[in-house]
Amino acid sequence: MTDQDVPNTQEPIAGTVSDEVVIDITSLNKWFGDFHVLKDINLTVYRGERIVICGPSGSGKSTMIRCINRLEKHQRGKVEVDGIELTDNIKKMDQVRREVGMVFQHFNLFPHLTVLENCTLAPIWVRRMPRAEAEETAMRYLDRVKIPEQASKYPGQLSGGQQQRVAIARSLCMEPRVMLFDEPTSALDPEMIKEVLEVMVDLAESGMTMLVVSHEMGFARQVANRIIFMDDGQIVEQAPPTEFFQNPKSDRTKLFLSQILHSET
Amino acid sequence: MERPLHIVHEKARTLPPPAMSVGLVRWLKDNLFSSASNIFLTFVVIYLLWLIIPPFLEWAVFDAVWNATSRAECWDTADGACWAVVVTRFDQFVYGDYPKSERWRANLAFILLFVALAPVLFDRIPWRRYLVGFSISYPVVAYILLIGGLGLPEVETARFGGFLLTIVIGITGISASLPLGILLALGRQSDLFIIRVLCVAFIEFIRGVPLITLLFVASTLLNYFMPPGTSFNLLVRVLIMVTLFSAAYLAEVIRGGLQAMPSGQYEAAKSLGLPYWKTMRLVILPQALKISIPGIVNSFIALYKDTTLVIIIGLLDPLGIGKATLSDTTWQGLSTEVYIFVAIFFFLCCFGMSRYSAWLERRLHTGH
Repeated sequence: MTDQDVPNTQEPIAGTVSDEVVIDITSLNKWFGDFHVLKDINLTVYRGERIVICGPSGSGKSTMIRCINRLEKHQRGKVEVDGIELTDNIKKMDQVRREVGMVFQHFNLFPHLTVLENCTLAPIWVRRMPRAEAEETAMRYLDRVKIPEQASKYPGQLSGGQQQRVAIARSLCMEPRVMLFDEPTSALDPEMIKEVLEVMVDLAESGMTMLVVSHEMGFARQVANRIIFMDDGQIVEQAPPTEFFQNPKSDRTKLFLSQILHSET
Repeated sequence: MERPLHIVHEKARTLPPPAMSVGLVRWLKDNLFSSASNIFLTFVVIYLLWLIIPPFLEWAVFDAVWNATSRAECWDTADGACWAVVVTRFDQFVYGDYPKSERWRANLAFILLFVALAPVLFDRIPWRRYLVGFSISYPVVAYILLIGGLGLPEVETARFGGFLLTIVIGITGISASLPLGILLALGRQSDLFIIRVLCVAFIEFIRGVPLITLLFVASTLLNYFMPPGTSFNLLVRVLIMVTLFSAAYLAEVIRGGLQAMPSGQYEAAKSLGLPYWKTMRLVILPQALKISIPGIVNSFIALYKDTTLVIIIGLLDPLGIGKATLSDTTWQGLSTEVYIFVAIFFFLCCFGMSRYSAWLERRLHTGH
């Protein structure tokens, strides 16, 4: 995708970044069978940071953020979320996952539940929130992603853009401290990308810590305070957006940018 | 020459469908008379029905004898079916050897069965919450009513027979094998090696052995494994074997449903912090079971009909009663009537299950 969907005339979001570490990844290595997907990744994320991760397909971006809530297990290195190290301890992992929201490329809504039930499921069964309170919270977030009127419908009756906004609301209902987005707009028609990106911009403005795997460079420019470029399982380059776009250091980044921004002047 | 640009300024109107594409005439034309070969087939089928149905009705209804004391009397009266055999032996077909004075208990248990099933089968009935409590306690209620306790005199299970026996085995087998089948299906997918191996071994063993063999094991061999002196009710042993047998098949049907679940559903549930059992209960099983409904009901129907196999180990199910009736010299030679009657009973039960499952599938459809 190009960045025409979000006009880049908009001012970058200011937002405050604290010096409190939320995610700390040290020399993370992961293999799929013999294939070395992640090679010695080091990354520290501070509260309030908004990081956009880009790179060619197969570069390990998705795998990296999936390691943060342990949808993927790493074999070497250390991942810490909110001071809790990710291990095989299932109870602790569930505890971490409660605090880390995730939005998927294919939405992954629960098709047998209504939109409202999708949003209240985890608060009721994981946070043990009373139903009335959970529904109130859910309606608040559905309102925020601008689809309160769809609450009683089933996901199968919604458009892709609406489904993705429900998925964002569903994650927010757990009131997570970090939100991970795994190519949230890649499965959407062009006209629906904008409505999802607007919700994400709004979320960024509210100070949420966000890690977004995306090729929406307009969004990156407007929202990110750091852009990470990955290739071949490595973090090749990371920089604030202006520097990243105007003055990329490595040749691989330059090549990638020239390919992805070919429509730009 | 330059072509003019075609530009639309107004939205197109939406119109109703043309008149000929709806209605009965249209349906007949589409389904029965759409082509020469279809017209030919329609007439062939009508001719065949005309050949079969009138003579059958004549035999089964118009020329039938309902009241007689023996086959000979039947055949003296008319040429049709001798339903008198079924009428005379009706009580036996229903209760087997269940004592006459206690049959009200079986009737009551049967009526209460529907009260217990209603909240399980239908989610929109009033007071469902309270009725579910009754459903859960129904096995105890049925046990006391049918076998005895709380002041009711004991009835030996050996005296159970007929439709009563079929329903006891069928309903117990169905309601016990579903949860067991679910556990086996989950166990087969477990990350824990031992559990997985045990489940696979169990399923493969049970599926690899005919039900009759298991029933023989139940009636004879099982006693060898028990400590001497323990007598283990034959009906209970049959119930256990039927349940295990059906559970193994159900496990495979449900596994099919589980495998159809996209990994995204597991990931979404995990990412929300739902632990394993809650993920299964709230997210995976409702969807996987829904996909598996046709296969599950298929297994239930098979189980229900397989209950007739208990005849081989000496329990008097409806076929057993039928056989006993036919060996009675007064009614010899009326096997057509007896087996049609038994077939109607089984058909009604199985067709009911099949209709219910079709309804449930429609009810659970959420537009995806």
